[in-house]
Amino acid sequence: MLDSSLRSNRLPAAPGVGYKPQHYDQILDHAHPVGWLEIHAENYMGDGGRPLAQLRHLSEKFPISVHGVGLSIGGEGPLYTDHLARLKHLVGWLNPASFSEHLAWSTHDSHFLNDLLPLPYTDETLERICAHIDQVQETVGRQMLLENPSSYLAFEESTWSEPDFLREIARRTGCGLLLDVNNVFVSATNLDFSPQSYIDAYPLDNVHEIHLGGHDEDEDDHGRPLLIDSHGREVVDPVWTLLDYVLDRSGPKPVLIEWDTDVPDWSVLRAEADRAQAALDRIPA
Amino acid sequence: MSVSQTTFCAALLDPSAAVPDGLWDAAERPAGRRFSVYRNNVAVSLTEAMHQAFPVIARLLGTQNMDGLAGLFLRKHPPSSPLMMFYGEEFPEFLAGMEQLSHLGYLADVARLELALRRSYHSADSQAAPHDALAIPPEEIVLAKLEFAPSMKVLRSDWPLFSIWRFNSEEGAPKPAPGSEDVLITRPEFDPAPHLLPKGGADWIAHVQAGLTIGEAFEQTFAEFPEFDLGATLALLLQGGAITSVSIERLAT
Repeated sequence: MLDSSLRSNRLPAAPGVGYKPQHYDQILDHAHPVGWLEIHAENYMGDGGRPLAQLRHLSEKFPISVHGVGLSIGGEGPLYTDHLARLKHLVGWLNPASFSEHLAWSTHDSHFLNDLLPLPYTDETLERICAHIDQVQETVGRQMLLENPSSYLAFEESTWSEPDFLREIARRTGCGLLLDVNNVFVSATNLDFSPQSYIDAYPLDNVHEIHLGGHDEDEDDHGRPLLIDSHGREVVDPVWTLLDYVLDRSGPKPVLIEWDTDVPDWSVLRAEADRAQAALDRIPA
Repeated sequence: MSVSQTTFCAALLDPSAAVPDGLWDAAERPAGRRFSVYRNNVAVSLTEAMHQAFPVIARLLGTQNMDGLAGLFLRKHPPSSPLMMFYGEEFPEFLAGMEQLSHLGYLADVARLELALRRSYHSADSQAAPHDALAIPPEEIVLAKLEFAPSMKVLRSDWPLFSIWRFNSEEGAPKPAPGSEDVLITRPEFDPAPHLLPKGGADWIAHVQAGLTIGEAFEQTFAEFPEFDLGATLALLLQGGAITSVSIERLAT
């Protein structure tokens, strides 16, 4: 369980964007860019060069969220201590406003699969994930946020609902939560549940950051819609509506636009951030 | 029915494997195509990473052939670390071992060059020695020992490696002529650039890295490469900011 003095999330309740190096100049030239930036931790684990120089410069002007995609918190095996050490080094050097990771696994048997892979929600996985989060928070020396996944399938063996599972993880470890509203919409469509009921069951008090992103549409073997979390286009209208539903209940939160593939011009990304600002503006502070 | 990560992982990397039991849709029917989303994510993201990492190889082989090779490579050598910036370490050896590509013997060296460019890009920053650090009398220059920037890389090749790289990277570059070329990578600020090393230059740099003085290294190199051009080699290193320190142990007087 996390020492409460290590809870130090300092992201403003404003729109942020996932940082892409091709936007570096526009972000710095823009008079009113965005409230904060998020980076993928693993892209900044080299020894030097342009990525770290840009990050150092940006961190002097913006609150930065460090978002890990490679720790494999849900992995069956032990966490990779060399990767954990790299994370500790990055977070120690940058002193970011927030640090988050995923409810997922990505490494197995020393193979890193470069995707966020799904977990069954059982007592056994709960124990393992909590132990890993304890280890991460102790090593890195601060609270982490845990993000809900996009689901394409369910595990027969699961005995917990996802909101209950996340609530219990947060209770046991003291970690915060990162609520990806697009992921809720994607999972709800793919697994045929109501996204509003998911939000109603979700521990919104533990949420310190919200993610929004675009998804692709496909079909499963039975012609049912199969949404795929691609981060390659605009956020769709029903996800914006779901964001309003969340913010009405949670109050203002930091809201991030994620756009990782087919990265658009800065103006397009900026327009999405403006839309997030409008969603924040319509709720009472 | 529980699904271990060993089972999940094996089915991910083998498109012909059955989807593991115990994975469902909302109506408790077998997951089927839903599992393929993960398969695709893994294959597509790693194939994309290979294209980004080896643009010259992709240009030499064509996009389709590169896709096919990446598909074979990623199943044989999935990343061993979440640091995707270094993915593909085994690619040169993999290319060298492909019988169908044996007529393109230079591919492995081109892949080594592309790996070295990426390593240089992510290397630690360093401060170049002042431009006049070697503006000293010749009798002192030969006594100097040098240290090089971590971003400096040297590649030796039996192929015209630099010319092949340039022909496939720069518009209007001349067609490669037969011969062997060694390549020096320097990174003046943040952008690594390959340069053609004078004959013997790679040996001379290796001798200096092993701790010999400029003069000792020259003598050793000269014995094998009488045409070795020390001035041109030093100029490349200085212009690229690759020399970080010059130290001279003066003779006792």
